[in-house]
Amino acid sequence: MTTQRTSGRRKQAMAAAAVVAALLTTAACGGGKDSDGSKNGAAGFDAANNKVAQASLAKKGGTLRFGGAQDADSWDTTRGYYGFAWNFMRYYSRQLVTNKTEPGKEGAKLTPDLATGLAKVSDGGKTYTYTLRDGITWEDGKPITSKDIKYGIERVWAQDVLSGGPTYLKDFLDPDGKYQGPYKDKAADHLGLKAIDTPDDKTIVFHLPKANADFEEVLALTSASPVRQDQDTKSKYSLHPFSSGPYKFESYNPGKDLTLVRNTNWKQSSDPVRKAYPDKITIKFFSNANDLDQRLINGDIDLDINQTGMSPQGRTAALKQHKANLDNPVSGYIRYAVFPQSVKPFDNIHCRNAVIYGADHVSLQTARGGPVAGGDIGTNMLPPSVPGSEGQKYDPFELAGANKTGNAAKAKEELKACGQPNGFKTTIAVRNNKPVEVATAQSLQASLKKIGITADIDQYDGSQTTGIIGSPSNVKKKGYGVIIMGWGPDFPTVQGFGLPLWDSKYILQSGNNNYALIKDKAIDGLFNDYVNTLDEAKKTQIATQINHKVMEGGYYLPFVFEKFINWRGDRLANVYTTDAYSGQYDFVNLGLKSAK
Amino acid sequence: MTAPLHEPTAEAAPSAAEEAAVVSADAKAVQGRSLGRIAWERLKRDKLALTGGVVVLVLIVIALLAPVITNLVGQDPDAYHENLIDPLFGTPTGSLGGISGDHLLGIEPVNGRDIFARILYGAQISLLVGFLSAVVAVILGTVLGILAGFFGGWVDSAISRVMDGLLAFPQLLFIIALVSVMPNEMLGLSGTGVRVFVMILVIGFFGWPYIGRVVRGQTLSLREREYVEAARSLGAGRFYILFKELLPNLVAPIIVYTTMMIPTNILTEAALSFLGVGVKPPTASWGQMLSNAIDYYDSDPMYMVVPGVAIFITVLAFNLFGDGVRDALDPKGSR
Repeated sequence: MTTQRTSGRRKQAMAAAAVVAALLTTAACGGGKDSDGSKNGAAGFDAANNKVAQASLAKKGGTLRFGGAQDADSWDTTRGYYGFAWNFMRYYSRQLVTNKTEPGKEGAKLTPDLATGLAKVSDGGKTYTYTLRDGITWEDGKPITSKDIKYGIERVWAQDVLSGGPTYLKDFLDPDGKYQGPYKDKAADHLGLKAIDTPDDKTIVFHLPKANADFEEVLALTSASPVRQDQDTKSKYSLHPFSSGPYKFESYNPGKDLTLVRNTNWKQSSDPVRKAYPDKITIKFFSNANDLDQRLINGDIDLDINQTGMSPQGRTAALKQHKANLDNPVSGYIRYAVFPQSVKPFDNIHCRNAVIYGADHVSLQTARGGPVAGGDIGTNMLPPSVPGSEGQKYDPFELAGANKTGNAAKAKEELKACGQPNGFKTTIAVRNNKPVEVATAQSLQASLKKIGITADIDQYDGSQTTGIIGSPSNVKKKGYGVIIMGWGPDFPTVQGFGLPLWDSKYILQSGNNNYALIKDKAIDGLFNDYVNTLDEAKKTQIATQINHKVMEGGYYLPFVFEKFINWRGDRLANVYTTDAYSGQYDFVNLGLKSAK
Repeated sequence: MTAPLHEPTAEAAPSAAEEAAVVSADAKAVQGRSLGRIAWERLKRDKLALTGGVVVLVLIVIALLAPVITNLVGQDPDAYHENLIDPLFGTPTGSLGGISGDHLLGIEPVNGRDIFARILYGAQISLLVGFLSAVVAVILGTVLGILAGFFGGWVDSAISRVMDGLLAFPQLLFIIALVSVMPNEMLGLSGTGVRVFVMILVIGFFGWPYIGRVVRGQTLSLREREYVEAARSLGAGRFYILFKELLPNLVAPIIVYTTMMIPTNILTEAALSFLGVGVKPPTASWGQMLSNAIDYYDSDPMYMVVPGVAIFITVLAFNLFGDGVRDALDPKGSR
């Protein structure tokens, strides 16, 4: 795994070098914008992908300008679920532990933040104890206490008021839902949650009813940030979260703009993680993605807050003229088709395999945007950013190898084994608001036609995902034999990625994500082993095993290990992508080359 | 040549009745020309309309022969040609959207399907929906319009209010809502079949008041004419008068409105496909091609130009032809 990683990096470095050379030649003859670009010193193609670009050029001061086509679902640390929002929240919130501010894989590891060190784990993985650092303060200068952290975590229980965020903390600490949440708490201090002890202001102890190997990962999510009771404005908290980090809210107009300014009460000495280079951070929201891309290219804004990659229009322009400003990271998402076993004939593994073999994987990759903007052909169901993943090395169906463009002969064999030698009819369900997904559906439809499978494409309202494909009874009723979807990890472990997709306990009547309706005792058992394992190497091994089991079941046809094209403005320094946030730039330590 | 051919037609062909009522029988005998013939003479002189008509004919032939023509050039509208696509940008490698000897109008970005073949097949959908929805509208509009005009009273009020209501109804929104709740299979149709059927019905249904109003107006003025009185005094039944006396005299305005309605329907179909509620992929449709082309207007403008031009030419041809037909059938029209 490591060697593959290195060789991948070496290839990227070579590619980057080649691109820089090409760029210099074009700049020499072309002049114009390109020569401007190099004067401003863009670091080069993929210069910040899994490595740090221009760290030494970062200066204190200046205004860092984000732009976005989509506002966060909520800036309340308890409620946000967008990856970019979690990334941005580190500017104004701190956690007991957080992800390292380092590029690539290293960034997925944890480091102490408010706590003096990582957890002291005892009682067979059921008790986690932290001691708080000195000098940690709120934006009004008052110290952050262990009770503030407990209160912030308790807010996750108040799903009736503060819905939307991840609920892992609740699932791990109080799986039976005994606690009512701080707003219904009868205790005078509203700190009635039994699973967390705060013996003094500097100590916090977590008692898990059942060990979970990823508990500390969950504490690193921004939903475990402290919140001070007297500053909790409940559902209005998202308009002005009370800062524990180096920046605080100055103004926020939802859907329009957001401005952060320095929190003068934050002390660098108390924070080993955050560098806090710029003086001011702004986000401006645009209604049109093409407009946003144009402004990025013009240099009016420095980077895209959404971090989902440029749209086809801007991407083409940028790749042609400003390649040195681009990075091409792996997003951590896998794009795939999944076969609900409730829809005949997909209850039969051979019919599922027939589709996997029959599909033209290069065509699907092209539909996703090609090897650069779409990603490498997906060969299994564990994203490269998750420990235990083997990337393209594990390819049981030879999707990136011999069967790259589809293997009709093999598919026909499987159809025969399934008892459908002449093929069958089915329906592909795809979100109507994602042109790229519709394109992949069409590609799949075209290649399935060749092996006698007639697929009808049903484009459903993309905003209604939970009720349409998230409802197994509706899936069965509509006969959705193939569902086209994508999934990324909430936190980079097999549990954070695969539990809702593959564990039989997660088959829900609404909002289901186990679309294939996998009920495999072996997989459930492996997840159970995983949460009880504290040894990292063992955990990685189990992750690999789970991935193999899922692939052997033929439930999924992976399309790509998604990559995207991300814009890095000329003014930015100390830029790097991190696996903690699915290949996004790590916002919290971005700097500017000039304080102007 | 005149007499033996003409005499039975004067008796039997009611299509000449209107002209006959206005022009005296003597003049008719002297000219020896039916209304259709007069109109045709006029139309022949209108070069613009004739060109439109020819284009329309060619389009119909192309649509009917789409499978044959695409076979001749050796292209399948659904076949992917990804080897001709630049993997980095997803656009065709060749210039002008990949136009070449094999691909006469270039290829689609991302999947490389032949645009020429898809335009031909797209013509099938456009014309099918355009014509059939016009037929639905004409049948409904004529029957209801004639009833309203002839019977008057509460029948007229009821039908007229329904027409007012339908004209005010947001039909695009309605069809978008309707299509999303439509089952995948119905009446033995599935997928694209259902969508086409629904589009024809809905566009036709919302189009009939336009014809209905005209027919009603014409009927109102015609029912007081002497020949109607004459038929009535001879004891003719209502329905005889309606369909044997009045209807033949309404043929001219109906034809005119039909030719004007078809291009509007084609545009509506394109708009619906553009909005994603038209035919289902992989069936080709011009509106859908336009909608896909939005993402590539910069990098592959030809992809937008080709279906745009196809829609433009079709609608223009129908409009020119329709104008010509109107002038020919109704020289008194205000133009």
